[in-house]
Amino acid sequence: MPKSVLILFAHPSYARSRANRALRTVAQDLDHVTVHDLYETYPNFLIDVEAEQRLLLDHDHIVLMHPFFWYAAPSLVKEWLDVVLDYGWAYGEGGTALAGKSWTQAITTGGPAQSYCSDGLNRFSIDELLRPFQATANLCQCVWQEPFVLHASRQATPEILADAAAKFSAMLEGLIDG
Amino acid sequence: MAEANLLESAFVYLTATVVSVPIAKRLGLGSVLGYLIAGAIIGPYVLNLVGDPENVMHTAEFGVVIMLFLIGLELQPSLLWRLRTAILGMGGLQVVGTGAIATGLGMAFGLSWQVALAVGLTLSLSSTAIVLQSLREKGIAGTEAGRSTFAVLLFQDIAIIPMLALFPFLATLSVAGDGAAAKGALAAYPGWAQGLAVVVAVGLIVLAGRVLLRPMFRWVAASGLHEILTAFALLLVVGVALLMQFVGISPALGAFVAGVVLADSEFRHQIESDIDPFRGLLLGLFFISVGAGINFALLVAQPWLILGLVLVLVLVKASVMFAIARAFGRKTGEAALIGLGLAQGGEFAFVLFAFAQGAGVIPPEITALLVVAVALSMAITPLLLMAGDWAMRRFEAGSGEDRAPEIEEGHHDVIVAGYGRFGQIVGRMLSTYGYKISVLDHDADQVDVLRGFGRKVNFGDATRIDLLRLAGAADAKLLIVAIDNDEKALELVETAREAFPNLKILARAIDRRHAYQLMAAKVDGLERETFAAAVRLGVKSLQIMGKPAFAAERAGMIFSRYDERALTAMFEDWQRVEFADYQRIVRDRTALEEELLKRDMVALVGKSDGDEWGEETLEREAFERNLARKAKPD
Repeated sequence: MPKSVLILFAHPSYARSRANRALRTVAQDLDHVTVHDLYETYPNFLIDVEAEQRLLLDHDHIVLMHPFFWYAAPSLVKEWLDVVLDYGWAYGEGGTALAGKSWTQAITTGGPAQSYCSDGLNRFSIDELLRPFQATANLCQCVWQEPFVLHASRQATPEILADAAAKFSAMLEGLIDG
Repeated sequence: MAEANLLESAFVYLTATVVSVPIAKRLGLGSVLGYLIAGAIIGPYVLNLVGDPENVMHTAEFGVVIMLFLIGLELQPSLLWRLRTAILGMGGLQVVGTGAIATGLGMAFGLSWQVALAVGLTLSLSSTAIVLQSLREKGIAGTEAGRSTFAVLLFQDIAIIPMLALFPFLATLSVAGDGAAAKGALAAYPGWAQGLAVVVAVGLIVLAGRVLLRPMFRWVAASGLHEILTAFALLLVVGVALLMQFVGISPALGAFVAGVVLADSEFRHQIESDIDPFRGLLLGLFFISVGAGINFALLVAQPWLILGLVLVLVLVKASVMFAIARAFGRKTGEAALIGLGLAQGGEFAFVLFAFAQGAGVIPPEITALLVVAVALSMAITPLLLMAGDWAMRRFEAGSGEDRAPEIEEGHHDVIVAGYGRFGQIVGRMLSTYGYKISVLDHDADQVDVLRGFGRKVNFGDATRIDLLRLAGAADAKLLIVAIDNDEKALELVETAREAFPNLKILARAIDRRHAYQLMAAKVDGLERETFAAAVRLGVKSLQIMGKPAFAAERAGMIFSRYDERALTAMFEDWQRVEFADYQRIVRDRTALEEELLKRDMVALVGKSDGDEWGEETLEREAFERNLARKAKPD
């Protein structure tokens, strides 16, 4: 029985992102994958909490897909976390709605891979920088997965993008089958 | 019934009013005609229920005084300034032109020049009460034709004042001076002394108005008793009227001046609303007594003379006004409407005839004739307006003789139909993003104004398929329907939906019902024209009431989302069921959804100030303490 994947997609200027377009296109072509575009759904940041929670309940795996802005996600993702992951629902007393679901961070960065280490430009590794998301997943009793990262996305050639898209697709298929 | 007592007369008059005015209104004749008919019925020629209407006329004239007071009160300088060309130009020419022709005609029929002048000037006036009310009822008060008409009426209202002042001078020269008992205490003095007295009296009123009235009003208002304020306002009018009578000119003139003096006082609206009911009733009484005074025997005796008078009156007035309106650049149809609309004699003719007769300017046998003629001309006003309306439609309908549609052809991304307050904003946003838009508006004046500002605007009726096609509807992506007329907008949506199936259509909805109709016509999206602005003001209100800016902002969004969803849900009900059931469903649904909305908004905005110690907050804090304990590594 295939599992279902919910991709929470957040990019404030999606039309200009080649990398995210490449990744999202392959994701959309897969069965059992729902791509939910947050900026398209909530242009005024007024998130429909109940609708979001229903969507989460309907899927087995959660993927947060976004560009890595300022070592974090675009602001709508933070708003989404703030209002959707409610006390008594996602965490706290009786808050077990997401328990057992997997949580994957899928990000594109501007900097190259080697800049994300202790002696690189960004000083910290991706794993370190994603700790707040990992902690969030943890509190919601989700299973934290190895993040999917496309580095230096602006410089990526069509070949690199195609390669990344294939890997992303394979990762998603793994979730569906797993 | 000659010595009918007060209660009996009041009973007769009020009954006549209550019965005939509503009937007249329902027949589309307007209230003034209703009063006239009521008067005619209870008058000596039909039921003969009242004694000499002259007695009542005296009381009723006070209604005219109050009306002039209120006209003065409404003369805001800004309005006058905005309409100055129309008022002085069109209004002035109308009174002078019509007056001159009527005077000439009168002299040709053997009246002395004084009598002819008084008659001519009086007949140049039209009926403010009837015309303004009819324009409003027909929904043309706001149009170019409506504004022009209003300007002319305004000038006439003002022109009454010099006429009232002029007539006594005509009387001193009059050969028909048998009844020339000028009323004032100064009647014995020569004309120049009377003139001086008038100037002094008016100056006195102006001075008192500036210096004394405000402190007095404040003092009276401080008593906190509403009826005392009303009494004071009435006292003011009566006092001025008495003063004016003393110096021998019309009380109405004094009342008018007093009104103008008070127009910029902070008590203006208070006075207006206090006195208005008196004006209505007393004016009604006045019209009734005019109706009762209509000499039907005269009509029976000289039907052809009177009908001839009516015909000449209407013809002269309509053609003079038509010519003036054309000269001032109004279109043929508009000019016809303005001319026909103003072709009747006015209610002030009754006042002026009564006054002129009292002052010995016009002999009674002539006023009797003219009163009948004016009353009849007023009676046919609804017909005249219907003719004017027809003329306007005829000349303006389908491309119009005046101006052919002007459409810039070619490819456009978006077509904006209706380029007023609404369409302009949408159009500007789209142009900013570089989309090629084609703008259509059917209001020629609006088009010219916008072109003056350098905007490209096409002239034409967007509901016409051929014009839409010319504007490029066949290969445009989007049509914006921003017309302010709900029926036209709906018509356009339906037409365009059928003719151009691929065209997306967004529409401006006037109200909820219109929104449903547009949804039924399958628009791709709509906005209710005042909804967003009202929500914005609601947000500002919440802020003023002390809610934090962000919370207020979010409350506005939540409210909008709730209401838009409700609109969709209720639309389905609206389509599905009868209206009575729809009302019930809406009632139930509203109660339920408002409960939900309240919950959402309170959760966000807080029930009241100081909610940080509310139940929810405490609960959350307890949880956080708990969490901190658990999180501690053991």
